[in-house]
Amino acid sequence: MSTPAGNDNSRADRVLDDAVVAKVARLARLNLTPEELALMTEQLSGMLEHFRDVDRLDLSGVAPMAQPLPLKNVMRDDVVQPGLDRDEVLAAAPAAEDDRFRVPPTIGFVE
Amino acid sequence: MASDFGTAIDIARSVRDGSTTATRVLEEHLARVDAREADIHAFNLVMRDEAMAAAARIDADIAAGKPVGSLAGVPIALKDNMCTRGVDTTCSSRILEGWKPPYDATVVTKLRDAGAVFVGKTNLDEFAMGSSTENSAFGPTRNPLDISRVPGGSSGGSAAAVAAGFAAASLGSDTGGSIRQPAALCGLVGVKPTYGLVSRQGLIAFASSLDQIGPFTHTVADAALLMEVIGGHDPLDSTSLPGDAPQLSAVLDRGVEGLRIGRVVDLPEGSEPEVLARLDAAFAALEAAGATIVEVRLPSLEYGLTAYYLVAPAEASSNLARYDGVRYGMRVDAPDLNAMYAATRSAGFGAEVKRRIMLGTYALSAGYYDAYYGKALKVRRLIADDFAAAYASCDVVLTPTSPTVAFPFGDKTSDPLAMYLCDVFTIPTNLAGHAAMSVPFGAGAHGLPVGVQVLAPALGEETMFRVAAALERAS
Repeated sequence: MSTPAGNDNSRADRVLDDAVVAKVARLARLNLTPEELALMTEQLSGMLEHFRDVDRLDLSGVAPMAQPLPLKNVMRDDVVQPGLDRDEVLAAAPAAEDDRFRVPPTIGFVE
Repeated sequence: MASDFGTAIDIARSVRDGSTTATRVLEEHLARVDAREADIHAFNLVMRDEAMAAAARIDADIAAGKPVGSLAGVPIALKDNMCTRGVDTTCSSRILEGWKPPYDATVVTKLRDAGAVFVGKTNLDEFAMGSSTENSAFGPTRNPLDISRVPGGSSGGSAAAVAAGFAAASLGSDTGGSIRQPAALCGLVGVKPTYGLVSRQGLIAFASSLDQIGPFTHTVADAALLMEVIGGHDPLDSTSLPGDAPQLSAVLDRGVEGLRIGRVVDLPEGSEPEVLARLDAAFAALEAAGATIVEVRLPSLEYGLTAYYLVAPAEASSNLARYDGVRYGMRVDAPDLNAMYAATRSAGFGAEVKRRIMLGTYALSAGYYDAYYGKALKVRRLIADDFAAAYASCDVVLTPTSPTVAFPFGDKTSDPLAMYLCDVFTIPTNLAGHAAMSVPFGAGAHGLPVGVQVLAPALGEETMFRVAAALERAS
């Protein structure tokens, strides 16, 4: 991982640098202030450093375990059942119009 | 403190046989809320009017000779991450403040059908992320046994509500110890059921492969009764196990003779000496009651923290993507959709939630997935395999629930990793999908309660409750 020069918050021994953390914040749709970004870089680096303890383990041939049950897809018969009340659902939304959720423009801007 | 009317079982019996009324029981609990809630802050919402109406309905049913359920008139508090139709459900987050769910969680429906009276929605670490209830957007909950100390977390409000006598029992959720650790710190019984035994429908998701709902009670018998009410298959939860709720009340007096109790010889270090002394006393008590103590090894236990703090944030980062200002909760207006998402989420989430979303997003992002999330899933398998090997030679395993007794406010807030270490003994159960419960077993430092944790394999609740009942008899 690169460590941009001239950034006071980046140290060579850190797992993360500000640029990576800023990119992750964009992916997570979070705006971080410069102070939050600096603290996040420091704290996440510390955690990831600790998490290297598992590098001691031999994990070759170990099957990943995403959840505890041997689950299969659960299907039900395709028959109409009562759902949520539309007005009650829309009443909980920040903005609704014509029985739909209202959102700001989704096109015509640059991210 | 227990109710003047006794345990939850006592209350339900007295209400049913007419020696008291649901209204009288509720009034006693609300009087305690009035006296102490300002100091404790167990609740985000006290459901006074709804509770009085529910108690009156039960009293009317009894007067009319109608059948009532096994929890008739029992005041119960709900962690504020369980959906209650038309009643504010916040997860102690600004982002859901004021939201009224359009449906009830399955556990809420089951409790109501059994005659429970909901006293209120209890405080938690925001989205159940924390071990002290200091991460709530609405301020911390204080431990009723010593208000200078935390009640544990994340279900700290549910633990405090029962410990303070505001409710006879409560429900919490446990993703990495969030029922068992506060139960230990508040001197209560707390149960994390086998994954899939209790429906998660209507439990606002934190980490879906780890979350389970369970009870807080004063006694093991009350916990058994609540498990019988809330457990069992739910077609609305795709991870719900088939079958009915286990019948646990009947097994409590069976004793522990012939059971094999595992003692972990390579237990992760860092526990207070008083906590380890109580664990030793628990082994001695079970041995005296006829159980055999066997030594087991769980070498990957110490890596549970790493696996958990990658798996849980990864799942959380995905689950919490839904809080985008569109369908519910807060919105911060912005000229375009992406800017609105980010503005809303940045204003609505607290620092710990942002930290975990960031950690999880990083662990799942291109280039880092295999090194972090992928590796964590393999460690998770090793932990499950370790348990499977241990349970070949024992029926349950005993560990401390928490390495320490209740700690003072601010003790661990500046160092996230120090806070995460509170969960070192509770996390492995969630990773494996097994059952575990905390039982109060005497006092440690400062005279504060110590909990002993009984761990059992998946669907090992019967044996786990037998051992818990034996510990309760010996304490």
